[in-house]
Amino acid sequence: MPEANADIIMPDGAEKLFGAVSLDIIRLDGAEKHFGAVKALAGVDFSVRAGECVGLVGHNGAGKSTLMHMVAGTLAPDTGQIAVRGGVEASYSVPRAQQLGIRCVFQELSLCPNLSVAENTRINHASLNGFGWRRKAADLIAAKLDEIFPGHSISASDIVGDLSITSRQMVEVARAFTVTQEPLELVILDEPTSSLDAHTAGQLLAFVRRFVAAGKSCILISHVLGEVLGNADRIVVMRDGKVVAAGQADQFDRDRLVTAMGGAAAREKAAAEIASGKPEPGPLRVRARPARQQDGNELVARAGEIIGLAGLAGHGQTDLLLAIFAAASRARTGIEVTAPVALVAGDRQSDGIFPQWSIAENIGIRSLARLRNGLLISPQREAELAELWQRKIGIRTPDMNNNIFSLSGGNQQKALFARALGSDAKIVLMDDPMRGVDIGTKLEVYDLVREEARHGRTFLWYTTETEELDNCDHIYVFKNGRIVANLRRDELTEEKIIQSSFGEAA
Amino acid sequence: MASLRTLLARPWIWSFFGALLVWLATIAFTGGYGGGGMITAALSLAVFTVIVGVGQMFVITLGPGNVDLSLPANIGLASAVAMKVMDGNDAMIAVGLLAALACGMAIGAVNYLLIWALRIPPIIATLSASFVIQSVDISYGRGLQIKPPPGFADFTNWQVFGIPVLAILTVLFTIGAGIVLQRMIYGRSVLAIGQNIRAAWLAGVNVGRTRFLTYTLSGALGGLDGALLAGYFRGANVDIGNEYLLASIAVVVIGGTSVAGGKANVPGVWGAALFLVLLLTMLNTFGVSVGVRLVLTGLIIVGVITAAGGQKALR
Repeated sequence: MPEANADIIMPDGAEKLFGAVSLDIIRLDGAEKHFGAVKALAGVDFSVRAGECVGLVGHNGAGKSTLMHMVAGTLAPDTGQIAVRGGVEASYSVPRAQQLGIRCVFQELSLCPNLSVAENTRINHASLNGFGWRRKAADLIAAKLDEIFPGHSISASDIVGDLSITSRQMVEVARAFTVTQEPLELVILDEPTSSLDAHTAGQLLAFVRRFVAAGKSCILISHVLGEVLGNADRIVVMRDGKVVAAGQADQFDRDRLVTAMGGAAAREKAAAEIASGKPEPGPLRVRARPARQQDGNELVARAGEIIGLAGLAGHGQTDLLLAIFAAASRARTGIEVTAPVALVAGDRQSDGIFPQWSIAENIGIRSLARLRNGLLISPQREAELAELWQRKIGIRTPDMNNNIFSLSGGNQQKALFARALGSDAKIVLMDDPMRGVDIGTKLEVYDLVREEARHGRTFLWYTTETEELDNCDHIYVFKNGRIVANLRRDELTEEKIIQSSFGEAA
Repeated sequence: MASLRTLLARPWIWSFFGALLVWLATIAFTGGYGGGGMITAALSLAVFTVIVGVGQMFVITLGPGNVDLSLPANIGLASAVAMKVMDGNDAMIAVGLLAALACGMAIGAVNYLLIWALRIPPIIATLSASFVIQSVDISYGRGLQIKPPPGFADFTNWQVFGIPVLAILTVLFTIGAGIVLQRMIYGRSVLAIGQNIRAAWLAGVNVGRTRFLTYTLSGALGGLDGALLAGYFRGANVDIGNEYLLASIAVVVIGGTSVAGGKANVPGVWGAALFLVLLLTMLNTFGVSVGVRLVLTGLIIVGVITAAGGQKALR
């Protein structure tokens, strides 16, 4: 790919003369990795210096996670070498990485749900032992949470399973920054803000800047390009297992990143499409009042509408979606639902995926009644449904009968979309389904959502990413379990949402 | 070679392999004498374990914590109900069987009612139910052994070319159970709930109804088993189902069904039931004392579960 090569801006050679080698926290040279026939990494050079934040971007499946697993020591490269502070590591491993102060927060949340926040902290710190270890761990994590997320409402004695996904991610991040005996030099943040709202994400990124300013290092992986552009010192773009562009952050802008990643910039198109003559709204589909709503505000959705649920994470948006979902099968006061409902989960592992099943079975579960031939489920119809949606939504797999976990995270999410969109549901509830999904997948799904809405489907879309609200016709802002603002798309601005989310009266 | 490998990849093959091994060991000991008769006897006895095993399999597949511990008491009561209703009269056989089924279904339904309405964990609910059932059985049957009608006793012992007819019917029944599990909405729902109950609910599965049906099914199969056992052993009694507590769970696990739920294995139940029955026969043939026999049975079950039933972690 000559074009891609032309894009590469290699870190200037001059630095090597000044002994940059000793400044490198970690350096990978010519790292390659194969998984069976799949080439996940095709010879990557990558390094992180002390006191720098490196932004890493690329589509799902570009090789970012594989590369980070190597830095963290959980995967060994097939060929190539790893050097830490200039010294080549012959057998680099997780314990070695920890010894060197390299830690990571991976996309899949790794806390034990049955343990408390303090107990989860203890897992990483063997030195917290003897009497009162629980209190020591509690103090450690509470102090770090206060430092990163001032004003948070998490108690160290909370059981992780009871926390919202936002709080869990906050704990996960804070835990990575706690220090007892082992040093802390480099923290890998893989999609750290995917489940955070704009406010907490801002707190975290500000902390990262302070951390880096203190001479430590950070690798920031995010699909929110603005976060990377605004916080990284240097940006590395990956595509198809290779580094296709690298350079100082100020050499990039959004368009350049998107072009380098190989995604289409379809955002303007979306806005234009919505603006251009919306048909008259159809019959009423959902009318719902949150349980804690005291005034007359209520959510109203009609056929063909895309309704956004905004506000800070965990302020009752998911609760209302679940109440609407439950009301579809059993009548509830305050909620009126007039058509079949399907839900696209955001927390894939706990609300969506059936881990033992194939992709096709995961898609078919919502439509079993339609897939029957007589009394029995027809395997042929199930396969047809799966193939139809594989084409329509672009699930990248050689065989839909493979296990669902053979897919990357973004493609797993597509399968969950296919489950909902392939069903008979006229109302589709989306519980922040785009967290941790790459921008290419997002744009494809946005198009599909708008197309389905044109055909009369109703979407209720809770999202923590303000950009996504551009796709909605109508936005309800939530605070403390109540609807506090009701905005038309043309009234929508980020300031307005933040104002409503924090303001006393909207 | 490739087909052999796919065969070996199936978890249930090991239970049949174990059964074969035990059988070979026994006839090696007897010098080849009684091999055929041993298979006939094993098939006759395995039937009863398979029937309750299938019910238990559906329950266990519902996910962690789901198990039906009321099966032994259920079998005992249903055997008494069936024999009393039949009352030694061939004309009443069908009615008696229906009564046993109804009795079992009622027990299953009550089990789920306890689990659902009082939110008691299934282990406690079914265990406490079994005490109640046993008390009912004792006062109802008065501890007497009640004889089956001659027609029913003959039917349960009927053989064609050395193959018990009941075993043939049970094979058909297990094929049906396999189809229900993989190809019907009910079966898919059970598997989905076992993997992730919340995701199942959010995917539109009717969780409450599926769990209710599953406990009722397990109860019904326990009831049917009670009636058949009373016919085969020519009499009902309170203790007739006792050994089926461990056996029903063991055949499910040895047969390759995941204790964590969401993955069931129907053929494995047959293999495991044959294995257990043949194992007992082998130890009897070797002339091992009762105590040693129980210890060995326990150890072998633990060993097999560790070796073959141990589930590989996903990812």
